[in-house]
Amino acid sequence: MAQTEGQQHPISVYFKVWGWLFVLSTLSYMVDYLSFEGYLRWTLILVFMIMKAGLIVTVFMHMKWERLALSYALGLPIMFVLMFVGLMIFESDNTFLQRVIYFAT
Amino acid sequence: MAQTDASSTGAALTQPQGWNSVVADWSSDQRAFKNVPWGKAMMWIFLLSDTFIFSIFLLSYMTVRLTTTVPWPNPSEIFALSFGGEPIPLILIAIMTFILISSSGTMAMAVRFGYQKNRKVCAMLLIVTAMFGASFVGMQVFEWTKLIVEEGVRPWSNPFGAAQFGSTFFMITGFHGFHVSIGVLFLLATARKVWRGDFDNETPGFFTSRKGRYEAVEIMGLYWHFVDLVWVFIFAFFYLW
Repeated sequence: MAQTEGQQHPISVYFKVWGWLFVLSTLSYMVDYLSFEGYLRWTLILVFMIMKAGLIVTVFMHMKWERLALSYALGLPIMFVLMFVGLMIFESDNTFLQRVIYFAT
Repeated sequence: MAQTDASSTGAALTQPQGWNSVVADWSSDQRAFKNVPWGKAMMWIFLLSDTFIFSIFLLSYMTVRLTTTVPWPNPSEIFALSFGGEPIPLILIAIMTFILISSSGTMAMAVRFGYQKNRKVCAMLLIVTAMFGASFVGMQVFEWTKLIVEEGVRPWSNPFGAAQFGSTFFMITGFHGFHVSIGVLFLLATARKVWRGDFDNETPGFFTSRKGRYEAVEIMGLYWHFVDLVWVFIFAFFYLW
């Protein structure tokens, strides 16, 4: 397999992502520090989490430069996890109600 | 990654784009993952399975937290730490997060310098990454000790509220900490190989007998970034939520 050797990208890309990860981590810590509550809190946590995860996977793990065949093979199974999350939220509501009705102290 | 393969007539073969390229790769002969070395594809598949393990841990945590009728303990207060004055919420966890992110940065640099055949800088960066990782595990040991000895948190009960807090906490952070520990050993082993010049001389691997290449550093990097990635989710769902 004679090709150009591996993944070589300008160092500035890594420094930028590194900086952003620090900024986003600080922001997500501030969500707790400033004690935001309710939907604002949950939305901010999820937004910062997804941005951080996206940066790590696309740049640090080089997914941006891989072929789509690999990205899809790894990305599609993750969709099932999201489906599972949906199922369990549905199921949890039911369990919680049963507990309130039959096990209330 | 634009590349052209020569056809039998010598003319450049155009590569399909987008979804068509996925279909072309998967339906092609011999290998689905073009451009991806064997070891790297295997690491990705391992990481996918690991993703499922951590997903299921976090899912069960979500389920027990949603179904309990007892109030969930407030992590912001439990993980607060006082440096002589008012307790600062979640401060240790924040420091651990920054340490892990820094280690991810040095790891990415190590991969880059490795491919540039800069043996010494690559090895030094790997050592620095391992040091960050080891300090992360050290802080986790401190956190666990404080929780178990001082606060009396057990997998089956705790003084703050829902009993499931302990079991999910020890399971999730414990499994993550184990990953970090293994990662530190993996980093030190890789650093030793880089330092010895195994990847410059293409020294065969001890177990695999395959030629040593700098892609081993990238594969190591994938694992390490994954550990950081999992921490992003644990930090968001367990500590901040």
